[in-house]
Amino acid sequence: MAVDDRFSRVPREPGENTAEAEGTYSEIIEGPVSDWATDFSHLEPEWSADPYRIQDDLRQRCPIAHTERFGGAWLPTRYEDVAAIAYDTDRVSSRSIVLSNFRPPLDLAPIGGSPPISSDPPFHHDARKLLLGAFTKKEVARQEPATRAYCHSLIDSFAGRDVVDAAHEYAQHIPMRVIANMLGFPPEDGPRFAVFVEDLLEGINLPPDERDERVSQIFDYLLDQVHAHLDDDEPRDDLTTYLINAELYGQKLPPDVVTGAMALLLIAGIDTSWSAIGASLWHLADHPGDRERLVAEPGLLPTALEEFLRAYAPVTMARLVKEDMHWRGVDMKAEDWILLSFPSANRDPAQFDRADEVIIDREVNRHAAFGLGIHRCLGSHLARMELRIALEVWLARIPSFTLADPGAVRWSAGQIRGPRILPLRIG
Amino acid sequence: MKVTINPELCQGHGRCYDLAPGLFGDDDEGYGKVLGDGTVSPEAEHDARIAVLNCPEQAIELSEEG
Repeated sequence: MAVDDRFSRVPREPGENTAEAEGTYSEIIEGPVSDWATDFSHLEPEWSADPYRIQDDLRQRCPIAHTERFGGAWLPTRYEDVAAIAYDTDRVSSRSIVLSNFRPPLDLAPIGGSPPISSDPPFHHDARKLLLGAFTKKEVARQEPATRAYCHSLIDSFAGRDVVDAAHEYAQHIPMRVIANMLGFPPEDGPRFAVFVEDLLEGINLPPDERDERVSQIFDYLLDQVHAHLDDDEPRDDLTTYLINAELYGQKLPPDVVTGAMALLLIAGIDTSWSAIGASLWHLADHPGDRERLVAEPGLLPTALEEFLRAYAPVTMARLVKEDMHWRGVDMKAEDWILLSFPSANRDPAQFDRADEVIIDREVNRHAAFGLGIHRCLGSHLARMELRIALEVWLARIPSFTLADPGAVRWSAGQIRGPRILPLRIG
Repeated sequence: MKVTINPELCQGHGRCYDLAPGLFGDDDEGYGKVLGDGTVSPEAEHDARIAVLNCPEQAIELSEEG
């Protein structure tokens, strides 16, 4: 394409770390949780091993938990409370949607660091509108043949093996390949994306300098990709090109909005689908009745995958309270975090019959795995396509599989939950 | 019977056009839209109810008139 001086590289001075330096840092508090109602932490191993037991307990006795960690945070556990916070964009902000010990400066709103997920109204609507068309069900269906072929190629590579790590060798690769293709990034960069995802979503308690450095590396990579596109003679048909050329309010997008949106599409699409695919395979490996039924009745898969999304919803979002407020019996302070646990909402017995059971033919399933309200997951149609194809191909090729070593399964910590080590016996 | 979608509530989850493609479609941004005038034939009533009950935003209404 042509020279575009929005993306000229300004060397960073040592210590000058973008806008992040202006935010506020809270003390890092780690270690075992004393009482989940007053000291919760979604980073502790007890939570990642089984958050549902903790959430079920809190829902009955609390139901809005608090912690002094992360500079103060709340955890509503009932469906109706999670929904109310998701809808309350007047009193809570999406300025940062990953809970950490760093609160970005107030003036980052309403755009946020990775629009539109980090944006508040009214900017949110306009930024989201730019991207909606690229993620409709019809549009993502264009990725389906390549996704199916790629799933087959991953399973081809298992030839001759008895045990494979389905998280690492299957689930993870699928969304990385699909989003690299959509953004127009080199497919072989997949392993780098995995590092970016881990840095951003799991490196919550790293020292600020180290965290800043890792974030900078992601944005340097994205800027490299922008330049690779600008250097091309012919414009490419991908999302990076689309964002470079997109206009909002009659002007091309500011460079940080372009790279912020690229970061969102890259990061948000990987960990999440990886987790959903892995959790579904974990369930099927552990529940032979459900596995056999789905192999025999492939037409049930779309219904079953909604149930996997309900029961093992991978995504928890975060919000920041705008001003002090008395809310449903608790006193929330300005700048307190709120963890928006869609997984907990999805297991609320007030909302779902037999909420703690996985019922693969559940016909009525008003789950909130993709959020509620204006921030409904932009990539939900893409995620559903990836999950459906990943499971369809796996079940057709490997109809019989079990957990090779239940004790070896490891789940991620933090706001995105899914198996990160999942040894399955397939031979 | 007739189905309607409240555009103020619809967020484009797409459950309606997944579950009842004979009654609902999507627009260029993925928001749900009612096909035709929304009249639900007796054979489509089950699909319509399933769409209503699965909409995460409770944006679909099934009414007697029509």
